[in-house]
Amino acid sequence: MTATLHRLPDLVPPPIELPPRTSALRAEVRAFLAEEQAAGLWTPRADVWLSGWDERFSRELGQRGWLGMTIPKEYGGHGASALDRYVVTEELLAAGAPVAAHWIADRQIGPTLLRFGTEEQRQRFLPGIARGEVYFGIGMSEPDAGSDLAAVRTRAERVDGGWELTGTKVWTSGAHHAHAFFALARSAPRDEQHRHAGLSQFIVLLDAPGVQIRPIPLLTGAHHFNEVVFDRVFVPDGMVLGEVGAGWKQVTSELAFERSGPERFLSTFPLLVALVGELAGTTGAEREIGGLVARLWTLRRMSLAVAGSLESGEAPELAAAVVKELGTRYENEVIDVARLLVAVPPDPGAESGFARLLADAVLHAPGFTLRGGTNEVLRGIVARGLGLR
Amino acid sequence: MTGAGMTGSGMTTSVNTELQELAESVFGDAASSDTGFDAGLWRTLEETGLARLTLPADAGGSEGTFEDAAVVLAAAGAHAARVPLVETDLLGGWLLHAAGVPLPDGPLTAVAGRLEVDGTTVRGELPRVPWARDSAGVAVLTGAHVVLLDPRAAGITEGTNLAEEPRDTVAVAGPAVAVVAAPDSVAAELRLRAALGRALLLAGAARGALAAGVRYAGERVQFGRPIGRFQAVQQQLALAAGEVAAASAAASAAARVAADVGFAAPATRLAVAAAKSRAGEAAGAVARIVHQVHGAIGFTREHDLRLWTTRLWAWREEDGSDAEWNTDLGATVLAAGPAGLWPLITG
Repeated sequence: MTATLHRLPDLVPPPIELPPRTSALRAEVRAFLAEEQAAGLWTPRADVWLSGWDERFSRELGQRGWLGMTIPKEYGGHGASALDRYVVTEELLAAGAPVAAHWIADRQIGPTLLRFGTEEQRQRFLPGIARGEVYFGIGMSEPDAGSDLAAVRTRAERVDGGWELTGTKVWTSGAHHAHAFFALARSAPRDEQHRHAGLSQFIVLLDAPGVQIRPIPLLTGAHHFNEVVFDRVFVPDGMVLGEVGAGWKQVTSELAFERSGPERFLSTFPLLVALVGELAGTTGAEREIGGLVARLWTLRRMSLAVAGSLESGEAPELAAAVVKELGTRYENEVIDVARLLVAVPPDPGAESGFARLLADAVLHAPGFTLRGGTNEVLRGIVARGLGLR
Repeated sequence: MTGAGMTGSGMTTSVNTELQELAESVFGDAASSDTGFDAGLWRTLEETGLARLTLPADAGGSEGTFEDAAVVLAAAGAHAARVPLVETDLLGGWLLHAAGVPLPDGPLTAVAGRLEVDGTTVRGELPRVPWARDSAGVAVLTGAHVVLLDPRAAGITEGTNLAEEPRDTVAVAGPAVAVVAAPDSVAAELRLRAALGRALLLAGAARGALAAGVRYAGERVQFGRPIGRFQAVQQQLALAAGEVAAASAAASAAARVAADVGFAAPATRLAVAAAKSRAGEAAGAVARIVHQVHGAIGFTREHDLRLWTTRLWAWREEDGSDAEWNTDLGATVLAAGPAGLWPLITG
């Protein structure tokens, strides 16, 4: 036997424990959610970070200090750690609470503005994000550019005092309600040798002249996605995000945050809760339920390990890709087990309960393994990490 | 202890890195295609303080934490080490010390089983005892007693698991070295310690198997290029890497929970159940993929791939299969009901 084992990269950071102070925070969030639910203010749903748009709820979270938690106080945030935010976020998702309105702004836009935004941009947007009043979308995808962002064709042309954007973005969640989005556009001609060069990010106000927003209904018929068409939309210099030409680097630097969070394995958690409700007091399904819970427990520990690593300033891209790949497949497994154990037809018309959650979960499931990078692309990233590409 | 300052619970990450390097080097140097007890490796483990890593100093131990043990056992699994490390450190040594029985020198083993106890005389048969033929003492938890047997005074029928590791039948009818009353709750803890140790070994073996698969994919040329250049192979090995990551994360997180709150805490029971089940699930998937990548050569005894895959297949059934732990976990979840599920997971 060869004495030295082939060197593998670290596939997952060391385990962490949440700081003890987070227990009180968790209890507070849990009590608030129970109260809201008891008052009938919302019903638990599957995939709430895509579908649960509720501006009252978002403002309520803002008032309680549970949005913009990691944003410094000078910008209206709370200067808390990413682990405190993690606890709040996972409680919201596990409860199936309507978090879609503020989701992108809280998860991505805030940290990105802090990292790449100008002082003026931070002052303008961050306080509203932390109050739960300012909502954002993400404008990366295009009709011919999904996971292959280098194929982005939206053009940004230099004009007096700023840029003019022309092109089409698709799959923009919540654009019909949101105030603004980050648009990735080509600000220099495409160079086949350097496919990712010449891309820039712009903050586009969605009520700007020349912006058209058209609904793209989901399988459920619900309106979450949009096509956003730019016809020579003017973006002033002050709304360029970060460096001109550094769009690709800026976009990918945020992916570890986006990929490893609890939203990658909790989309169908409310269905699992309903499943346990259907089976409580019965016997015979222990093994299947235990299998799902063992996987979920493990995914949460992996996700927390990545969160701990991000908190200490690292960017565990490989581990984040692994969490997302395993997590989104797990979300589908919950559906498979639920429908095999409980013979209730999915009912998209039901107000609540197992049949409704199953219906929503089934119709949302195709998105789990697509959004934020397809699982095939993620496995390609892992293969590269293993030295195979 | 001797060695690299593995003391107490205040272990920092940098010391764990040192421990990891020590473990990788000790097990890496000993790696071979043989089967059977590796006496040379055992001597090194005793000299470096790794053989009794988590035991207290008055039991000849190094007073390391379970997180330290996690690092060492994952390395042992990755290098297919042929020593009863879990059995000596986590199980036999712990059980005897907890019961106040002086520990014999040398490798130990432990088992929960049924013996008739009459004073200091015991009678009965214990199936599938790991490494019994190579041990200096067999610690047995039987009913309300902890018994220490000398394997040289017992009848041993040799048997093995799928990986050719000793799993012997020990028959005894006569005086034991020691018979004492079992302390409360050792039965539950013994089961959890065994499952945790096995999960850590499984995670290590899964990593070893993946490493072998990745190396082979880079060396084996078909259709004019290394097979690792084909997307189909890359996608399979990426899936295996995900399973390795899950097994490692689950096992090391469970060790962390045990270190933090102890084995009596419900959170540890849940963590160990999840870890053994997840590692067992990963074992099957990883073994299947790396064999597929190796083609027919990996299916032969002459190739070293078996050192990891036969361990994966053997260990996933030992100390509670994934099916058993899932059933245990599922019963807990269904008893807690829908409102109790999330609090169980967040512990």
